[in-house]
Amino acid sequence: MLLTELRKGDRGTIRRIDADPELKHRLHSFGIIPGETLEVKGCSLARQTMEIDVDGTLIALRKEEAEKIEVEKEEHSALIKGE
Amino acid sequence: MQTEKIRVALVGQPNVGKSSLINAISNAHLHVGNFAGVTVDVSEVETRYCDPKGCEEYDITIIDLPGTYSLNDYSMEEKVTKDFLLKEKYDLIVNVVDSTHLQRNLLLTAELLELGRKMVVALNMIDEARQEGIEIDAEQLSVILGVPVVAVSAKTKEGIDELKKEIVTVHKKPQTESKIVYSDYIEEEIDRLVAFFAERNYPSEIPYRHLAIRLLKEDTEIYKKMHDEPIWIELLPLLREALDHIYLHSGKKNIQEIFADEHFAFAKGAKMEVISTKSMRAKSLTQKIDNLLINKYLGIPIFLFLMWALFQLTFSLGQYPMDWIQTGFDWLADQTRLLLGDTQLASVIADGILGGVGAVVSFLPNIIILFFGIALLETTGYMSRVSFLLDGFFHKFGLHGKSFVPLVTGFGCTVPAYMAARTLKSRTDRLITLFILGFFSCSARIPVYVLFAGAFFGAEHAGSILFLIYITGALFGLMAAKFLRVFVFKGEDDPFVMEMPKYRWPSLKLIYHVVYGQSADYLRKAGTFILIASVLIWFASNYPKHPEIEQQFQAKIEKAASSAQKAALEGKLQEKLLEESYLGQVGKATQPFFAPLGFDWKLGVALEAGLAAKEVVVSTLGVLYSLGDTVNATANSLQAQLKKYVSLPVALAFIVFVMLYVPCFAAMAVFKQETGSWLYLLYLFTGTTGVAWVFSFLTYNLVKLMV
Repeated sequence: MLLTELRKGDRGTIRRIDADPELKHRLHSFGIIPGETLEVKGCSLARQTMEIDVDGTLIALRKEEAEKIEVEKEEHSALIKGE
Repeated sequence: MQTEKIRVALVGQPNVGKSSLINAISNAHLHVGNFAGVTVDVSEVETRYCDPKGCEEYDITIIDLPGTYSLNDYSMEEKVTKDFLLKEKYDLIVNVVDSTHLQRNLLLTAELLELGRKMVVALNMIDEARQEGIEIDAEQLSVILGVPVVAVSAKTKEGIDELKKEIVTVHKKPQTESKIVYSDYIEEEIDRLVAFFAERNYPSEIPYRHLAIRLLKEDTEIYKKMHDEPIWIELLPLLREALDHIYLHSGKKNIQEIFADEHFAFAKGAKMEVISTKSMRAKSLTQKIDNLLINKYLGIPIFLFLMWALFQLTFSLGQYPMDWIQTGFDWLADQTRLLLGDTQLASVIADGILGGVGAVVSFLPNIIILFFGIALLETTGYMSRVSFLLDGFFHKFGLHGKSFVPLVTGFGCTVPAYMAARTLKSRTDRLITLFILGFFSCSARIPVYVLFAGAFFGAEHAGSILFLIYITGALFGLMAAKFLRVFVFKGEDDPFVMEMPKYRWPSLKLIYHVVYGQSADYLRKAGTFILIASVLIWFASNYPKHPEIEQQFQAKIEKAASSAQKAALEGKLQEKLLEESYLGQVGKATQPFFAPLGFDWKLGVALEAGLAAKEVVVSTLGVLYSLGDTVNATANSLQAQLKKYVSLPVALAFIVFVMLYVPCFAAMAVFKQETGSWLYLLYLFTGTTGVAWVFSFLTYNLVKLMV
């Protein structure tokens, strides 16, 4: 599924990044790399922008960029968070 | 004894505390200078280090390069950093690393190591890391990277002396011993190339290993350099074979991506080996603040309130020193006239130079407060949140979330607003923002609006009219942004990927340096320009001299019965003189241009004089409508005169023109400086004048039809 499909509080593992080399390089330098886990921290009104946490770094992404990131949602993440 | 000079390039990702570190190293000797050819500043700092053994003196120059996430051409600032590291002369790199985000920071470190230059790594904010329960083994990291690693804290001054010592030690070494270990299949190819160079005894400035890596990474610079050398013929097949092997092993076809993966594996591995996290107290405060500040519903109201507060502060608090400065300059002007008598020299100094410089300096308090506020919002980490909140809205108009800061500043004064646009990373976003900023009415236009609104709608409606003018101007700005994005600065949208830094207490010292640097910039650049401009305006409105007219009027004035008559005659004299001056002649010459808008030559001259500064529009109108030049905006007499001579359609057309055309000479000078292009300044001038003319024309004719 796409990163944009995750809700606030969801966690997931990055599977694939489908972007041009420049943007890919940019995402890489922020630590957004396949295999890493991320957590959605919040979205702005109308879900235009979202904030994610990758290895302790908070990153803001526009919807267009988030759509290029494929993730695998971690199930029961809400449960883990609740503990 | 001779002092040896060491040039240090300070490199790090954004928000790692580079500037604070520079301040900690250099004590008070901060010297900020422009770097040739780029508009992004590279600051240099000098510091001395005395080796305890021999007490050799070293002169360490630190070049503070713009923060960069990696070595690429992503933004203007990142390109500056990359170009500097590859092309300029320096002795070694100090890589500043945020200890609390080690893994991400090591990605850049890996790229820097590949440059093959001498290097020291500064593990900054080590105190913060310890507070978060992160322990880092600096010695172990040093072994892994092959370069010295010093744990430092700009805040507590921990490790600063040791860092200086390491800079000197590394400088004395002949070559770097840095290393990154890649996957075996890449290491094999590197070894093969190194062996090839060793066999040929190839003369190289950088170690063979680094040469080999840069060749494998398809580094354009090194290809260009080696392309014309005889060894190239033998090297080429070897390289091709090596790349084929690497592609085959990795299963990927993009060498940059393969190396990015390698860096990532390296950074992750290094982090695993050196870090031990004791507890997970980290980041909880930032998260709590974020829950409030970027809340879906509360975020924007909170932000609007903060902006409103900043504005109130800027213009209410700034008013006092502004008045003092104005009074001071008036006093100086009076003293000059007293001292030099009624001479041309007194006039050029008092009216021309002191008047012009006074106008620039009087804006300084506003600028200092505004920049202080912006620096505060920026260093605490709040500005990134604002971009996050507003990007959705601004993106619809082809702007970036960060454009908001300069746009809001533009309501105060366009000059600092142009400078505030520097926070925008992408050149396209920046240019669009710079081009539309003039539509956001600056405070200098208020007197004009108040004058006309008061005259034609009565004082009670002036407030609403003023608000309407501001909103209309802002709408024009947003439309213009959309227009520019669609038709002029086409191409792909710039991606919005941005780090949200941790909230931090601002460092007063850092804010002081930012505010000081920018204020000095303003005074120096805008100051010199407006000085020349105001002398020119003074000259144009005072020459050529017409002694016969003056004598004629003097005779009449002496004969005048009452003081009221005298004042009236003096006013007439001023008007006549201005009409005959170069400025008046220009006004008459350009009358055909303004005629379709219903403006007479007086309104035309007022607009032209307004190019120097918008406040001049009111004082010029005062002179032209026979009231002397000491008229203020609320003077009822000028309002009455305007109402007598100017019709409502013309007045509205005039307001529209003032709202849309270029702010002032100072703003144009800064615009040229920020865009770095005379051509863009020409576009700005003709573009905004064209828009102003067309909409003024429409207003004039539509209102004429309705009334």
